[in-house]
Amino acid sequence: MEKFESLYHALANLDGYIFPNEIVLNWDVLIVMYPYITGLVAGAFILASLNRVFNIEALKPTYVISLLTALSFMLVATMPLITHLGQPFRFYEMLITPHLTSAMAIFGFVYLWYLMVVLLLEIWFDYRYDMVIWSKEKKGFMRFIYKALTLWISDTSVASRKTDDKLGYFITVVGIPSAFLLHGYVGFIFGSIKANPWWSTVMMPVIFLFSAMVSGIALVMFIYMMINFIRKQKNDILCLDTIAKFLFYILIVDFALESLDQIHRIYEADESFDILKILVRGKLFFTFFIMQIGVGTLFPLATIGFFQFYKPKEHIRKIMYLIVSICVLVGIFYMRWNVVIGGQLFSKSFLGFTSYKADLAGGGSALLALLWFIVPFLILAFLLWLLPPWKKAPHVEHIE
Amino acid sequence: MPIQVKRLLMVFGLFIAIMAVLIYFLTPESWGEFGHYRGLALKEIADKEVKHVDVNETCAMCHDSISATFASGEHKSINCQNCHNVGYKHVEDPTKENIVKPEVTRDFCLRCHAKNPARPENYIKQVDAIEHNKDKVCINCHNPHKPWE
Repeated sequence: MEKFESLYHALANLDGYIFPNEIVLNWDVLIVMYPYITGLVAGAFILASLNRVFNIEALKPTYVISLLTALSFMLVATMPLITHLGQPFRFYEMLITPHLTSAMAIFGFVYLWYLMVVLLLEIWFDYRYDMVIWSKEKKGFMRFIYKALTLWISDTSVASRKTDDKLGYFITVVGIPSAFLLHGYVGFIFGSIKANPWWSTVMMPVIFLFSAMVSGIALVMFIYMMINFIRKQKNDILCLDTIAKFLFYILIVDFALESLDQIHRIYEADESFDILKILVRGKLFFTFFIMQIGVGTLFPLATIGFFQFYKPKEHIRKIMYLIVSICVLVGIFYMRWNVVIGGQLFSKSFLGFTSYKADLAGGGSALLALLWFIVPFLILAFLLWLLPPWKKAPHVEHIE
Repeated sequence: MPIQVKRLLMVFGLFIAIMAVLIYFLTPESWGEFGHYRGLALKEIADKEVKHVDVNETCAMCHDSISATFASGEHKSINCQNCHNVGYKHVEDPTKENIVKPEVTRDFCLRCHAKNPARPENYIKQVDAIEHNKDKVCINCHNPHKPWE
């Protein structure tokens, strides 16, 4: 009878006509975390690149923090996917059997390129000189660790530092299109599914890219303030104002793109429009209108927009920046939720709905998703201990 | 070539070599036998315990009179296992314990037979659950294997 009860339970959560294979969602909250975390990586990295390539002096205090943030989230980016597979004993087979014609399997290549060639190299070139100095200062095991991290190069000459700088700059230039590729790719995965009218739009990669930049910039702003709070240091208000300004500009573009996508959908009003209208007004009302648009977009836009014309006192701005960064992070999470979960809530018959509620614990649960959001912060804490940005030597340009 | 680039190239070479070794030793033996997947996966799925019986005729081998009754009317296209749950174990060892005797509630029948304006009236018989003997269970009056009478 248990099976009948679970069937009744499932049927009670359906509306209208739905195909049997659509009753249970295959992509759960872990798959929501995947574009979310990947977006944070791409966004944090783009902020670092803006600083380096366009040489924005005010953003300097966040340059290394953005890179380390991007690395700590990058190291975890695959984990929601791997845990979602539910195959702890043979998940590695996915990593050693590359596939060149599967859009999903291409993530392996995009990920490896970005991690190995862009992020690690840029951080390595940036820290090489400092690691050599630290390896000379430290003793025992830590000395060995720093020596290994420098790949046993002990050259500290100005010429070698200039080489680091040049190569690092080159990697940053390569890194910007790579970051665009990384998150554009994640958008492509959804945008290319032509059977799903909620996903299938060529705008998807661009929307994902800009929302990634928004979330990454908000994350770096949040982490910068948190690090200063923990280290009992003063926040550089000029830096925060500049980050907020970039957040404002990119948020406008992101909001405009998403609105264009929806306006286009509304005006076209093809055969899927009726079901999508009910979806957005019903099951997605809270996550779409209140969280994504209200909390995640309009409130930050209004607040930072207001600050562009009138600047209240510093401490009020700092508190507002902290609140805005959290709101943006929450809003972008719900944007991913609306895409991933929203796209699976309606039937391909366009005549019915299923429902989804994340479990609290276990595989594919809210706690597991939360874990993959917390682990990057622990990795970041470790990286900040191993490679403290505040102990770095002045940049090579400032020596001469 | 700067020493940094030389060392990094060595690290990349090492990484590629380690990946090559891992791919050589860890790729499952039956990989690519039929396509881009483990050939053995098919056998593993085929070896799983069978739970359903193929068609209603299997039930008719023993329960011939009930099957004949059931097959004589509107419910003929409904599989026995829809109500009695999977039957493979019961076929292997026919005891009362390994087959479900459903506790047929009103909800069970009303899933299909509750009055619903969107349902084709002449195809599926419908009852108004609020007016039609509302305190009684359906099978008090209707034979569960021949409810159309």
